[in-house]
Amino acid sequence: MQHTTTIKAGGSEKDYWKDLWRNKQLLWILSKRDISVRYKQTLLGVAWSVLRPIMTMTVMVFVFSYVAKLKGDPGVPYPLMVLCGITIWTFFANTFSQISNSILINSNLVSKVYFPRLLMPLSSVAVGFVDFLITLGIFLVLTTFFHHPLSWNIIYLPAFLLLAFITSMGFGLIFAVLNVRFRDIGQLIPFVVQVGFYVCPIAYSSSLAKDTWYEKYYNLNPMVGIIDGFKWCLLGDKAYFNPDSIYSTAIISVVILILSLIYFRKKENTFVDHI
Amino acid sequence: MSVITAENISKKYIIDHKHKAGGPSTFRDVVSDSIGKIFSRKPGHSEYTEKEEFWALKDVNFTIDQGDRIGIVGHNGAGKSTLLKILSRITEPSTGQIKIEGRVASLLEVGTGFHPELTGRENIYLNGAILGMNKSEIKQSFDAIVDFAGVEKFLDTPVKRYSSGMYVRLGFAIAAHLNPEILIVDEVLAVGDTEFQKKCLGKMRDVSESGRTLIFVSHNLTAIQALCNKSFYFEKGQLIDQGDTTHIVTNYLSKVSHKRMERHWDGIDQAPGNDQVRIKSFRLLAEYQDNLVHIDVRTPMNFQFEFWNMEEGASLNLSMHLYTFTGECIFNVGTESQQFGKGLVTGVCEIPGHFLNDGSYVVSMMIVKDTSTVVYNMEEALVFDIEDYRENVTWYGKWPGYIRPKLNFSIRQTEHLVND
Repeated sequence: MQHTTTIKAGGSEKDYWKDLWRNKQLLWILSKRDISVRYKQTLLGVAWSVLRPIMTMTVMVFVFSYVAKLKGDPGVPYPLMVLCGITIWTFFANTFSQISNSILINSNLVSKVYFPRLLMPLSSVAVGFVDFLITLGIFLVLTTFFHHPLSWNIIYLPAFLLLAFITSMGFGLIFAVLNVRFRDIGQLIPFVVQVGFYVCPIAYSSSLAKDTWYEKYYNLNPMVGIIDGFKWCLLGDKAYFNPDSIYSTAIISVVILILSLIYFRKKENTFVDHI
Repeated sequence: MSVITAENISKKYIIDHKHKAGGPSTFRDVVSDSIGKIFSRKPGHSEYTEKEEFWALKDVNFTIDQGDRIGIVGHNGAGKSTLLKILSRITEPSTGQIKIEGRVASLLEVGTGFHPELTGRENIYLNGAILGMNKSEIKQSFDAIVDFAGVEKFLDTPVKRYSSGMYVRLGFAIAAHLNPEILIVDEVLAVGDTEFQKKCLGKMRDVSESGRTLIFVSHNLTAIQALCNKSFYFEKGQLIDQGDTTHIVTNYLSKVSHKRMERHWDGIDQAPGNDQVRIKSFRLLAEYQDNLVHIDVRTPMNFQFEFWNMEEGASLNLSMHLYTFTGECIFNVGTESQQFGKGLVTGVCEIPGHFLNDGSYVVSMMIVKDTSTVVYNMEEALVFDIEDYRENVTWYGKWPGYIRPKLNFSIRQTEHLVND
């Protein structure tokens, strides 16, 4: 099989998605690399993925429930609500920061070999996804502990997970590009994640924002709808969820993804000149 | 059949004079620059806006036929690496287009993407995939790779525990088992021990002999001459000459050296010197071998020095120092002291062929009175290069040492083992 390549300014456009598909094996191998590297040379290995959300949840429950005396939605155990929020938020936050750093972390590849650069942010998601599955497992164990029944809503869970992925990709790609150009953007990423943690309904229910003057601005954050929806899937109808918000959430996150993809594609060929 | 056709390839970089070209900048810089611009009195001429275009490649045209082994020579910054980066699609040209027929593998670095925490085995799969092999191809050549690199004992050890030699061997072994129609190699032979370099060059020769196309950039002209049938010569981003490798290498060598092999002054008035002596000329006359116009390790050289003696009956001798380009003295030789009348005095020093190693050398000439007083010292008077030349050797690493004398050194069989 003979194949012809044409190289010219802006010439990689035509076959980009075909190239990406051709490199799916590389995507798989890069993902596998990230996962196996992560658990090598750590004292507790995979246990960290279990310990971290449990520790965060314990602190949250203690601070918000016993000290600040926050309440969750009626009929939902507060620790479960917190863990549920942490599960999806951690997935978002991990994938977002990994995508943001993916180009810089792989800079040795960027300057030495060619492959569609989108492979790097895509493969960096793997670690976050594995961690997500582990936290989800912990959550399911704890629901039996709290005698909280699972509802059929859970079948919608992949849809919300996909939306969270789209949103993290949308924000992450923009930061990934900026991070190559301006190194101090990297400093901003943990800050964004930290602020996001409080802005999003993780330790509290977004029903608190209902009928307030800021509600419509609050709902502009696509993660609000996603987290609420996620809680609704896992905790059942008692968890507060406004089904109408799903449309705006979906539209906002998809639009951000499309814009960031355009931006990424436009800038990816200049990465090597800035690294 | 031509496999690569390049038309009017140019690559432009914008050099920002405030920052290092292309280097990372910070968001803070951009913000402070914009603020700087607002308050700057001469808009558009402030230090913040000084940008300059730099053409790393300019209007490069060439075709490469199937089975060609192309060597690329040129100074640092001549555009060689930029061309390789464009050919391997790491960066795009600013103008022009290149058509490539066939699968390209480029080896710009040994062990690209190796992860220190992963084992040798895992890194073979990782690096193979990065270089464009699919899983079945890697599986197929896995044993051959391990064998070539000689790391079977350490397959399950993280590569961070490898010696640098093992690391390089493994990296090259993977690349060597790629089966591309076109292989692009950049200066990878600079690393690794000599035994391994030999293996690498052998492997690259196999590649070219099997009818595949090779593009090879190296500062090692001996390796280029051994491997490549055609060469490109780049200077300041332009392809200034192409053709038969021997021709290109000779052309390149005659242009690159900063050598100064002859100095002379016509009259006593302009000549350097003092009341006692004036320099007339200093020349290096080389007995070139094989119609070459450069000096190689075989070439005998004559150093001819002429000066006017202005003092009747002075007792003078010459003293010549030979230095490496980095300033280490290799030797100092002197003539016997002798009385001279006023007039022209000539001294000749012969350096035989097969004596100095390849490299750049600097010569100083001293005129000494009464064997103790330096009358005049002509420092760094001549500069010359000696190129490498080897016969019946298949190793191309840098030959060690400042001198490379041909001594009587022989081996012979002195006893046969008898099988009984």
